[in-house]
Amino acid sequence: MMLPVNWKIMKVHLLSRKRQTIVAMLGVTFGIGMFILMMSFMKGMNDFFEDIMLSVTPDIRIYNDYKTDYSSSVTGQYLGARPKNWIIVRHPRPRQINLNLKNAPGIIEDLRKQNEIQVVSPLVSAQVLFNYGPVQLSALLDGVDIREEDRLFGLSDKMASGRPENLLTSDNGILLGYKLAKKLNVRTGDLVTATAPSGIQLRFRVVGLYKFGIATMDEFKAYVSLTDMQQLLGKSRDYITDIRLKLKDMKQAAVKAPALAKRYGYKADDWETVNASIKAGNLIRDTFTYVLNFTLLLIAGFGIYNIMNMVILGKLKDIAILKAEGFARKDIVQIFLSQSLIIGLIGSVAGLLLGFLLSYSLSKVPWPEDEYIVIKRFPVNFDTLYYMVGLIFGLLTTGIAGLLPALKASRVDPVAILRG
Amino acid sequence: MSQQVLKAEKLNKYFHEPDTIHVLHDISMSVEEGEFVSIMGKSGSGKSTLLYLLSTLDTQYEGTVDINGTRVTGLPENAMARFRNEYIGFVFQFHFLLPEFTALENVMLPALKLGKRDHGAIEQQAMEKLRKMDLHQYAHKLSGKLSGGQQQRVAIARALINDPRIIMADEPTGNLDSANTANIFDIFNGLVQDGNTIIVVTHDHDFARKSTRILEMADGRICTNG
Repeated sequence: MMLPVNWKIMKVHLLSRKRQTIVAMLGVTFGIGMFILMMSFMKGMNDFFEDIMLSVTPDIRIYNDYKTDYSSSVTGQYLGARPKNWIIVRHPRPRQINLNLKNAPGIIEDLRKQNEIQVVSPLVSAQVLFNYGPVQLSALLDGVDIREEDRLFGLSDKMASGRPENLLTSDNGILLGYKLAKKLNVRTGDLVTATAPSGIQLRFRVVGLYKFGIATMDEFKAYVSLTDMQQLLGKSRDYITDIRLKLKDMKQAAVKAPALAKRYGYKADDWETVNASIKAGNLIRDTFTYVLNFTLLLIAGFGIYNIMNMVILGKLKDIAILKAEGFARKDIVQIFLSQSLIIGLIGSVAGLLLGFLLSYSLSKVPWPEDEYIVIKRFPVNFDTLYYMVGLIFGLLTTGIAGLLPALKASRVDPVAILRG
Repeated sequence: MSQQVLKAEKLNKYFHEPDTIHVLHDISMSVEEGEFVSIMGKSGSGKSTLLYLLSTLDTQYEGTVDINGTRVTGLPENAMARFRNEYIGFVFQFHFLLPEFTALENVMLPALKLGKRDHGAIEQQAMEKLRKMDLHQYAHKLSGKLSGGQQQRVAIARALINDPRIIMADEPTGNLDSANTANIFDIFNGLVQDGNTIIVVTHDHDFARKSTRILEMADGRICTNG
């Protein structure tokens, strides 16, 4: 507990050298202000990238990852293997692989029964070619249950024209990415021809265009209904290659995925594993920001250390008098340490305010025109966590910077000074 | 017989910088309540050093000091500061006020630190002490703006604020002109008459003559005790 008299002395000290006090505070203010600005912007960026990533990544994807299992081979029969002979086969090839999920309807039904799963969207996907005159454009064609897909990725919000439900009402309808449509020179209502790898061709009518703001979605992808896709591939009605899930709590994905993989015997990837590179990018940006801001605050801390040292040099006589009057060492530490802390506190709070104003202004600055990224203004995140961290950072640095001079002040020998 | 306020036994003090010097040799002395003791001697005789030992500010010595029946030698730092605050009033040679505080605040600080009375009572009492020094009209002036003589009188008022058992002064007139010196004389006289116990280090014979006892020091020893 601080004595009122120590508090009073501290106040007089601070107010009697206003300019120094303000300069010291400004150091902290700019440090913290920049910290808030950078954190808010970096976090805004991270959120933006994560949003984009999540808009095209399901929480969990279950699919049939083909395994190269060469434990049984036909070579033995062909070459008449005997116990003492070695037969070495280089570059073996599998005979036949089915990439679909067997018993897909059963799995889907089972998944829909589980409480923590919100959306189950089955998918048949294949690379197809769209004919545009003599040119053939390659794209990934997804056969989906469009209502489930809409719930999974919020397709409705991303439609440039038409509605996702049009797939249900029209015969052989197709949704195209707006860039793909542009390249094919088609609009809603026009016809396009898709060629499957097997050579089967189907004509589709464009019933809608969508715009995700991501090139892979807008330029190289199209949606048709499940049945049309199965037909195009020449497969039966229960041919499903992937099942995508949306969980009620996406943070559970990493835990849930292995469980599902084990339960159904297929591979299950969670969104964090799939987007590990984006996560790594976020981590790098965060680290960079923290290091930079630590440096900023360190400089502010050195400023305070310097100023407090000079203050104490100028106050040696006062310290000696206070000691002679009966102020103990801890009182002296309190008086001078609290000066640093007050500078830190006011400087930090002003810094938080400055940081908020700067990041608020930044959030109003238009993002430079870019046809690949759909973003209007600089992304800024106003998370209060960074304001807390900033305040704690500010107090910690000024506290440490002030502690050393304050301890030095408390060790002043009054006799040496009073005797002159 | 009056009560013994201060008792020092076999004080030895060494300075180690730049060479080891034996500054005080086996000094023993005592001060009774109400006594006005002057310590005199040439510069370098150790009189100021002795005063700082007695005042508890200097703790690097051999021997023992008792003040008001308490063994202050070897007290922990906090207890020592507290003791000094409550029982010892100090007046220095170079007035030594806190320049950013008003005269009144300077007088109040030791009492605020002691914390035995509330702020209002302390302020009232500090004002009274200043009035005794005939300084009440300067109470709210910054102490740095006062003249040397005025500052020294504020310092005396400050030394008195906690009603100390003993007042110690290190050449209180050493830095003042003759008019102010006379003024300070009168104040100390008044203090003695009020029954205060005082130890003064001085080389001013006029000043010392007014005291009840003079200790003459030379080469770290007390040579006359009369």
